[in-house]
Amino acid sequence: MRRIELMRRFVAVLHDEAVIGGIGNTNFDLFAAGHRPQNFYMLGSMGLAFPIALGVALAQPRRRVVGIEGDGSLLMNLGCLATIATVAPANLTLIVMDNASYQITGGQPTASAAATDLVAVARSAGIGRSDWARDPDDFVRLVENALRAEGPSLIGARIDDAPAAGQPARDPAQIRDRFMQALGTRKDFGL
Amino acid sequence: MPSGSAESWSDLVLETLKANDVRLAVYVPDKILIPVIDGVRADPFFTAVCATREEEGVGICAGAWMGGMRSILLMQTSGFGNTPNSLASLTVAYQIPVVLLISERGALGEFNAGQVWSSRVVAPVCAALGIPHHTIERLEDVEFILDRSIKQAVATQSPAALVLSPLLTGGKVFAA
Repeated sequence: MRRIELMRRFVAVLHDEAVIGGIGNTNFDLFAAGHRPQNFYMLGSMGLAFPIALGVALAQPRRRVVGIEGDGSLLMNLGCLATIATVAPANLTLIVMDNASYQITGGQPTASAAATDLVAVARSAGIGRSDWARDPDDFVRLVENALRAEGPSLIGARIDDAPAAGQPARDPAQIRDRFMQALGTRKDFGL
Repeated sequence: MPSGSAESWSDLVLETLKANDVRLAVYVPDKILIPVIDGVRADPFFTAVCATREEEGVGICAGAWMGGMRSILLMQTSGFGNTPNSLASLTVAYQIPVVLLISERGALGEFNAGQVWSSRVVAPVCAALGIPHHTIERLEDVEFILDRSIKQAVATQSPAALVLSPLLTGGKVFAA
């Protein structure tokens, strides 16, 4: 599946959900699919998209929160799946964009290329609602179900390694400030 | 508090967290921190989350802050060594006030050589990243240092690190 197509279809079904985009092409295409102020774009801290999303989900239990992570990033921090399964927040959805490749560092294969089924890992970690999307329509169906579910869900999508269609500005202070304003946790002082 | 009654350091920590509306406590287990960990787990005021690694905890606390919830991140000095990239590229770069409460191993009677050298990274890493860090050694300083550090972190949008010395906690002693 094409990552940018999935991102566009994902963004199209959103309302006021908070979305945490993991480093590299994952958040590049999240941005390229149509920036929204409820998006948080990471610039480092590889592997922390899901933990950040968990924190937002705990702080705002009435808001749906989505973390989107690449396969290489998730492999760096598989333990977070066990934490999320244990905490079991009702409002958290996880998406893994899996192209079996450390694309941004030159396309080296990840463990996902040969051996590791990340959806099966998530299920074994205790996130029972973990599924591979069969095609883009199935991906959208899984996202819509996850956003209605009472408990954490994980959706795996096997995607291409096309270059991202855009990139957010690398301005962490502005990214964080706009994100918090969109979440209602910070005022715009109008300076 | 009536004069003469001796409050423990951990009771002072828990009271100061509550007084500052710190509702999320993320921890990687540690023996010295048991009374704090047990305290946050037993008190419905707190949401207690056990993280698998310390930088995972940095991510959870950072997300909670952006969602409007204050947090404390509990770990021991060896675990601090797992955090520098997340502190630098998330909490410092994005100006997110994650407060670390770190029990000190590696000094004043340490019996495990592995703990000795790993504990020595805390102060240099904090200095390199410009993260305010203090060591709490005396019971009478617990509330002041923790309270002021939380308030400064929030006001200045900066992470902070507090080390709990064996002079305060008694540390962990060789049982043999």
